[in-house]
Amino acid sequence: MSMKPVPIPTPETQTFWDKAREHELWLPKCVDSGQVFFPPRAFSPFTGGAVAWEKASGKAKLASFVIVHRPSPGYEAEAPYVIALAELAEGPRMMTNLPGAPVDPAALTIGAPLIVSFEARGDIVIPQFRLEDEA
Amino acid sequence: MSVVIVGATESARLGVVPDQSAMSLACESAIAALRQAGLTITDVDGVAGTMSPIEIAFALGAKPRWLDGTMVGGCSYMLHVRHAVAAIEAGQADVVVIAHGESGRSRVGAPSYTKNPSDLTGQFEMPYGILGSYTRFTLPVMAYLHKYGLGEADLAEVPVAQSRWANRNPRALRPELLSVDDVLASPLIAWPFHRFECCPVTDGGGALVLTSQERAADMNLRYRPITVIGSGESCEGPGPVFMEDLTSFRAFRDASAAAMRTSGVSHAEVDHLMIYDAFAHVPIYGLEDMGFVGRGEAVDFIRSGATSPGGSLPMNTTGGGLLYTHTGMYGMFALLEAVRQLQGCAAAQLDQVRTSLVLGAGGMFSAAGAVMLRAD
Repeated sequence: MSMKPVPIPTPETQTFWDKAREHELWLPKCVDSGQVFFPPRAFSPFTGGAVAWEKASGKAKLASFVIVHRPSPGYEAEAPYVIALAELAEGPRMMTNLPGAPVDPAALTIGAPLIVSFEARGDIVIPQFRLEDEA
Repeated sequence: MSVVIVGATESARLGVVPDQSAMSLACESAIAALRQAGLTITDVDGVAGTMSPIEIAFALGAKPRWLDGTMVGGCSYMLHVRHAVAAIEAGQADVVVIAHGESGRSRVGAPSYTKNPSDLTGQFEMPYGILGSYTRFTLPVMAYLHKYGLGEADLAEVPVAQSRWANRNPRALRPELLSVDDVLASPLIAWPFHRFECCPVTDGGGALVLTSQERAADMNLRYRPITVIGSGESCEGPGPVFMEDLTSFRAFRDASAAAMRTSGVSHAEVDHLMIYDAFAHVPIYGLEDMGFVGRGEAVDFIRSGATSPGGSLPMNTTGGGLLYTHTGMYGMFALLEAVRQLQGCAAAQLDQVRTSLVLGAGGMFSAAGAVMLRAD
């Protein structure tokens, strides 16, 4: 069975992954406009200017999901499993698996509150959002 | 100067073709498309494709002075048409061949799937168990269904309507008439998507030949020339997680608006529509993003029969990518069906059809291309 995929950071994403290792969710921010964005980029997608980082609240809402019945490599033991989109309180969206959530469409409500958690994988830690009620 | 399509063919066989490579399928189609216009390889001075245009030109024995290797996924061929029109108008090429070949099912001479753990998808999507397009292209749909109070059975209306076309098409891979119950009873792939709401993966090829209207007037054409009267292209993000709005695809809106504007055609004047349908929700987004219906109205429109045989806006008249064929980059087949309808040689031929609009998606809600075609 293959391993679940492990991302390899690039210079523009290194801060995101360093903070995740400390179990914190940080977002890049346009220095000129103050707007946060995701995914991290080397330059602000709003002004082309500099990028700073700030800690996110870790709060999100369930924006969409599918329940995968034909697993990707590394996920064979978990099928069916959820792939979801979390809409952060700060605005941007991130992908997640909703660990611990019931794998049942009737139990997954769009708009349900989520809270960030962290999953160690290989030499990296990835953010995973959970249903707030289950956390 | 008008630019016209003078050749449009598919490979003789579609579906499972284990004894032909992707390049062989592309070349077979290109040679047949040239023959429709009474042309040979020596007439070709422009080559485009998603495979390397160098390799396509070399395989064909062409010596092009214009190349386009635009590769933005399944809508790349809409962009090739658009770029070829500009090149011919600018005098950079006289006869352009756009060739597609893909051994999506049999993987004969096809590249291996590679993934980059450092690109945006590798870092922010792959770690969550996405790989096949059914885990990824599908992701926004629950946001859409929730917003408009729709559910699993509503999504099934798309393959149900398209099965009425596939059922009239002897080349369709999935020709059976489908009910909503049939769709919901087919195996779950990624809830709420069942087998008939996900494209198959097939082998096949297709090609288009474009030239100027003036040059076409001197050719011995098998079919009437079809004029490219407008087009558009755009892109949004590298994956659905990065869409601005999960219920609408900006690149669909921008590319189709450009095709409408440059052609001067109104919605009411469009007789026939092809919308790239790798998955059942894509035509729903397309109908709304192009403005043929209001927000949240596409399912009711499809359910009403408007896009089915006898309806006011026939759509995906081969059965579409879901039921006809889907080699991986289906856009060529959507274009070819639009051309056939306008030439009058489609399997499920419409009675009155003069103007056709083709909308392609590339990647997973990543890129889009739109082409407006007219039989003059």
